[in-house]
Amino acid sequence: MVLEKKRSDLMTMLMFSLVVFSMPIWLDPLGANYPDLLQKFAIFGIFAIGYNILFGLTGYLSFGHAIFLGVGSYTAVWSFKLLSMNVIPAVIFSVVLAGIVAAFVGYVSLRRSGIYFSILTLAFAQMFYNLAYSVLTPITNGETGLQLTLEDPRVIDRLFTAAGEGLPSTELFGLSMSGYSGFYFCAVMLIMAFYISLKIFNSPFGLKLKAIKSNQHRMKYTGYNTRPYLLSAFIISGMFAGLAGALMAVTDPLAGAERMQWTASGEVVLMTILGGVGTLYGPLLGVAIIKYLENIFSAVNEAVLQAFFTFLPNWLQDVMVMLVSPFVGEGWHLTLGLMFMIVVIFLPGGVIEGFQKIKKRFSKNNNLKPEGE
Amino acid sequence: MSDSVLKISNVNKSFGGLKALSNVNLNIEKGKVHAIIGPNGAGKSTLLNVCIGLLAPDTGTVDFNGEDIIGKRAHEINQMGLVRVFQTPEIFSDLSLLENVMVPALAKRDGSFKFKIMRSLTDETDIMKEAVSTLESIGMGDKLHHMAGSMSRGDKRRLELAMCLIQHPKLLLLDEPTAGMARHDTNQTIELLKKIKEGGMTKIIIEHDMHVVFSVADTISVLARGEIIASGTPEEIKGNPIVQEAYLGGAHE
Repeated sequence: MVLEKKRSDLMTMLMFSLVVFSMPIWLDPLGANYPDLLQKFAIFGIFAIGYNILFGLTGYLSFGHAIFLGVGSYTAVWSFKLLSMNVIPAVIFSVVLAGIVAAFVGYVSLRRSGIYFSILTLAFAQMFYNLAYSVLTPITNGETGLQLTLEDPRVIDRLFTAAGEGLPSTELFGLSMSGYSGFYFCAVMLIMAFYISLKIFNSPFGLKLKAIKSNQHRMKYTGYNTRPYLLSAFIISGMFAGLAGALMAVTDPLAGAERMQWTASGEVVLMTILGGVGTLYGPLLGVAIIKYLENIFSAVNEAVLQAFFTFLPNWLQDVMVMLVSPFVGEGWHLTLGLMFMIVVIFLPGGVIEGFQKIKKRFSKNNNLKPEGE
Repeated sequence: MSDSVLKISNVNKSFGGLKALSNVNLNIEKGKVHAIIGPNGAGKSTLLNVCIGLLAPDTGTVDFNGEDIIGKRAHEINQMGLVRVFQTPEIFSDLSLLENVMVPALAKRDGSFKFKIMRSLTDETDIMKEAVSTLESIGMGDKLHHMAGSMSRGDKRRLELAMCLIQHPKLLLLDEPTAGMARHDTNQTIELLKKIKEGGMTKIIIEHDMHVVFSVADTISVLARGEIIASGTPEEIKGNPIVQEAYLGGAHE
């Protein structure tokens, strides 16, 4: 029958898991196989997947998702401080609390749509940033950021072991969450997040969200109360962000207010759009591209550039270094901005659209069979 | 009285100084196709918006199957079985034809909100079969996976009609179902409307095109300057001198 899926969900998940778990191997030639960067891929991947459930499916552009990232991080660190260095409770509490905060922010913001919704979320982002930075200093430790100390009670851990010397590190039932084990923990979370996203995309619920994006007016006259749909999508994406925030604290147990700044929300918007809004893999691609290039470009300094252009005559070498240096190191955001502009202008559907175009051209040459998505 | 589906009583509506509807009474009987005609600015759209609860009248009541619908929200009215086709096609342009028809079918089954994310769309075989057969009935069975936005205007209108029909409405409101259509498309739509008429669905049609009205309507009400000046069968309306003066005389296309 025409309606049958070509590939089952199970197949997709197996492939996806394989790709994620083997990242340390296949990223080796690219020089990106060290745990720190791999963890970033996974964490921001979760963040972007969740963001895509709101922005990609319903079209509601939120500039406030860093709030939930921050809430997740603070909650996780508090869980490490008060309860246990085990990451499981930290992750659970973070996701739940981020969901609650998202329910509140979403309930208020979703009273409006379009640009007004975006502005409301932006206002919330600024409010929460200021709360974290100054007002709620007893909870967030303000400017310094929240971190582990030797005096932390850690009541659950104390039941089993005595406090050791020095600061403990995060662990999963004895397995330390630093290095590759930290990455694999994040990878498992990423795969779970991707599975939920896949299910939502393929469910009637997901279809209804897409229909809201396409024509909300029609949706209402078709018998749908659209607000709870939007709020559910908002809360789910908030919980994903909370999970990402918790994992940031898992890999590095401190939380600062800058994590909640609206630029952090802007970054996930960039990633999602760059990769391909509303597609299943696009946001992940966006994360991979941005985080990888950030890693490369921000490490380049003047000396590296000098070395790179040594084949040129001396005067030209200096000119080239002068021209290129603003785009690397600290100025890597200039490169990001340029890249973003190029993608948005030439590939409004993101990098994924570029792939599809290439694929279409390729298949058109081979056979003339018309293909509906 | 028991066979009345929609009962509009003593409805008045003004916009500022303009009296859009004055003392309108209308009784739509079950199983009938009721057409509302009238020149531009006669208050047809206002009346329609009152019928679906979009506009609250200044005075009067609108009862749908004995229940007052004034002040109810759009989705509640739809869930009660009062479904509307718009004047400019309101469809889901970014979705495929199949998805366009599945969404209203799901609304009929699941109600106004259902949170169930772990069920796959491909498991909804009943809904899919129904959607496919509905699309086949309007002659679009071969375009299931086409994007709705890429179709012609006439096709979009027929699609919207199919989206409404799949909900098996108790009362279907059609706002100028053939406006802006080419003659060929209009005839196709008339055939489609006649076909659903056989199913016994109650309908209100607001229409400009007399050809369409006289082909499908059982009863006709003529609206002019916010008042209903005549009601009756197509034959009665055709022969009514007041109607001829107010509408037919001046609006020969």
